[in-house]
Amino acid sequence: MYLALWRVLPGPLWLRILLALLLLVGALYALATWVFPWVELLVNNQEATVGSP
Amino acid sequence: MIGVLGELLITAGVLVMLFLGWQLWWNDAIMAKEQSNAASEISQEWIEQDRLAQAEAEAEASASPDPDDDGETSSATDFGDPIVAAVPGNADAFAVLYVPRFGADYHRTVAEGTGHDVLNSTRLGIGHYPGTQMPGEVGNFAVAAHRSAYGGGMHLINELQLNDAIYVQTADGYYTYRYRDMEYVSPSVVEVIAPVPNAPDAAAVDRLITLTSCNPLLSTAERIIAYGVFESWQPTSAGAPTDLAPIIAAQAAG
Repeated sequence: MYLALWRVLPGPLWLRILLALLLLVGALYALATWVFPWVELLVNNQEATVGSP
Repeated sequence: MIGVLGELLITAGVLVMLFLGWQLWWNDAIMAKEQSNAASEISQEWIEQDRLAQAEAEAEASASPDPDDDGETSSATDFGDPIVAAVPGNADAFAVLYVPRFGADYHRTVAEGTGHDVLNSTRLGIGHYPGTQMPGEVGNFAVAAHRSAYGGGMHLINELQLNDAIYVQTADGYYTYRYRDMEYVSPSVVEVIAPVPNAPDAAAVDRLITLTSCNPLLSTAERIIAYGVFESWQPTSAGAPTDLAPIIAAQAAG
């Protein structure tokens, strides 16, 4: 899967490394900005109060 | 095909780890910063409001000078019984909590209610149990906050030591409590926030503060309960208590 992605990337080695890093940063940004806040709402089981079930 | 499946599984594992790291450290730190800034703002607002009110009162009083007032606020004065504010509406901010043991720059906004709209908020962070007493009131001023994640308002609650100061600032003034003792209970033990903790039927005579959070760290199996006793109070016009003043001044400086 990741090998196929690597093959799709164009250009010389340095450009491919750069593109791969950019993709990684983009993926992390999307996760932290949209995916994780949404997941947090679904798995919210942190309770700090007494009397909560 | 096995290779692809393996890569997917590894990716899933990495994503779970990334999420935990994000929730417990990255977003936790961001929220802590946001909650702290919001608390500074509201604190400065109260001080500014009081300064304006004082200036106005002084302008009015200048016609008939008060012989006691030589322009300097007197120190170590007994201000009588503390002002008890009216109960605010749900999620309304009404106090700022300072616990130097949690860090010199630790301050968080206290709002009414202990729902997610308060505890998981980027502006608030500490929730006042509805039905428990207000700061300075005879009985128990009980609040809750997360131990970890969501800004971790009570992250260091287990580090409190006997006689540690717990300051509560409101629009009216500063209430000083002293940490007394700790208790670990199961989540269903609501008696800890009774006017007299663990004695729901007793009539309150003391003014207490109760902090509740999760225990152990990263778990919700138990609750950690920290009790403090009321020591003193002073109105906003008298300035912050000696040990709190530099913290407030640092807030004003940004």
